[in-house]
Amino acid sequence: MKASTAVFALLATAALALLPLAEPPYYVSLMIPFFGYAIALLGFNLLFGYTGLLSFGHAMFVGVGAYGAAVMAGVLGVRQFEVVLVGAALAAMIVAVPIGFLCIRYIGIFFGMLTLAFGMLFHSFLFKFYHLTGGDSGMRVPRMNILGLELAQYNKIELLAGPFYYYCLALLVLCGLVMWRIVHSPFGLHLKAIRDNARKAEYLGVHVRRFRLAAFVISAGFCAVGGAILAFRIGLADPELVYWTQSGQLVFMTVLGGFSNLFGPIVGALAFTVLQDQLQSLTQYWRFVLGAILAVIVIGFPRGIMGIAEDLWRRASQRPIADARTKDQVLNNQQVLNNQQVLDGRVSRGGAA
Amino acid sequence: MSAYANILLGGVFHAAVLFLVAAGLQLVFGVQKIVNLACGSFYALGAYFGITLIGYANQYGLSPWLLLPGLLVAGLVVGLVGLPIERLLRSVYGRDESFQLLLTFALLLMFQDVFRFFWGPNPRTLDSGYLIYGTISAGDLSVPVYNLLVIAAAILAAIGVGGFLQRTNYGRILRATAENRAMAEALGVDVRRVYALVFTAGTILGTTAGALIVPTAAASLDMAIEFVIEAFAVVVIGGLGSMRGALAGALVVGLIRAVSITVFPELEVLSIYVIVIAVLLIRPAGLFGTQTG
Repeated sequence: MKASTAVFALLATAALALLPLAEPPYYVSLMIPFFGYAIALLGFNLLFGYTGLLSFGHAMFVGVGAYGAAVMAGVLGVRQFEVVLVGAALAAMIVAVPIGFLCIRYIGIFFGMLTLAFGMLFHSFLFKFYHLTGGDSGMRVPRMNILGLELAQYNKIELLAGPFYYYCLALLVLCGLVMWRIVHSPFGLHLKAIRDNARKAEYLGVHVRRFRLAAFVISAGFCAVGGAILAFRIGLADPELVYWTQSGQLVFMTVLGGFSNLFGPIVGALAFTVLQDQLQSLTQYWRFVLGAILAVIVIGFPRGIMGIAEDLWRRASQRPIADARTKDQVLNNQQVLNNQQVLDGRVSRGGAA
Repeated sequence: MSAYANILLGGVFHAAVLFLVAAGLQLVFGVQKIVNLACGSFYALGAYFGITLIGYANQYGLSPWLLLPGLLVAGLVVGLVGLPIERLLRSVYGRDESFQLLLTFALLLMFQDVFRFFWGPNPRTLDSGYLIYGTISAGDLSVPVYNLLVIAAAILAAIGVGGFLQRTNYGRILRATAENRAMAEALGVDVRRVYALVFTAGTILGTTAGALIVPTAAASLDMAIEFVIEAFAVVVIGGLGSMRGALAGALVVGLIRAVSITVFPELEVLSIYVIVIAVLLIRPAGLFGTQTG
């Protein structure tokens, strides 16, 4: 990790750790969904940002986490949240193996639609099989112990704003470190190679499908952990969590924060959570504002908040082009762009009009 | 016997509406390679606008017989919203397809609140009855004529779009652009105009479909995001970019939905997704698609 990145990560963690001291418990408890989504998005972005596969069905795995928590804690009576987390993650990864196996045979829009179809299949299962899943009223998720402590002296809000907040923060840091290890390992480099040029990677002896499947399964595990956290907060697992617009929301948050950066999804989750909460209290037309923000990001700032921050940082530190490697990349991109324009016939506009 | 015929006709009616929206999706995907999530919003927009327009028409004492033509006009007029939206989408042409998908998702979110702003959060229905056109009865089977008219309109639209694409010069230009954009442009096709036209035509198909259903169903805020999924199922089953595929897919989805609602309600939506997944896995290009996945 570069020193500046490490410092930023530490500062951000410290700021999050100090938040409960400065803000009233109600607002602090609003941060729990942020932790849930941030962890889910860390996994989601391994697939989207690092492997180049856009899933429109990952809310399914968030749902597996939430319903997994409901089944384990509510039906089977497991009260240790750690056990539930591990169980939910394992369940999601087991579910993800066959689904991933089928989905990763395709890329691009077909991958997106296949994941969407599986997500909606799961949603309609939850919705329609009332006696198993509670249908549209969902399943209750009872209160659980964290770290073996019952913490009965706290009420729900105090628990969420106090011990559970720090628990989630620690979990996010842990997941962030694990993901950092993953993307910087040879495994992560393989994924990036596949994203940039799958055929070339295959020539070099990379088992493209195996790596894509691995990324899919890992991302499902992270999503389930996030889902379990979300379910713990609401005390309910309901099918709305799995609807396809939720999958779209996951993509939204990732793009908002910036998918080309490890911390982008975390920033995106934070920005989205705060934004949504603020907008909801301001206007009933918050979806319109969110949609407009998404449109602006997609059109004008495809690298998201982290991309904007990187550009500002670069400009502020008076280094127009940070180092030789980036410079090469810029030149290279320019070259590719030129070639593309020649291919598209855009350069010879005189003849095309 | 007549129960089955009723189910069948219900399925075909639904398929007719699905076909119109899916045809718009196919047109846009075939030529522009954009998967338009906002097609559901166009559908809902047509529905809301149709209700408003017919409401005014009734206020000014126009003949209730003008219901169907009125709704068609409503769909055609409000479909022109496709022009400015295409202008917006232009900024992401040539970018990664996930960005195009996301921009249409953003539109879907925004439209949701546009509807809330203009038409309020509660479902809206048309006051005037569509039974003005009467019903046809045979034995204990009775079908509203309106439903038959909508089915006929969809068939006409299918013939019209197909004829336009296959027989007319501009249709050939569209297909050429779909086939090879760069080559078409090199041969002097104004691709920007083609894109604007195709997207607007796709929008009009969606809004018209929405307008046509309001006599039989309510317009609600959820209809957009719910309908997107069904339209997608149609397109995937039929094959992305194929008009014949849209027709076949619409019939498959419409009939399966109608049958399973009555026979086995638990599996209503489930069965559609199972078929979608099966088609994607066995024949990812769909029943009539030409692309290889």
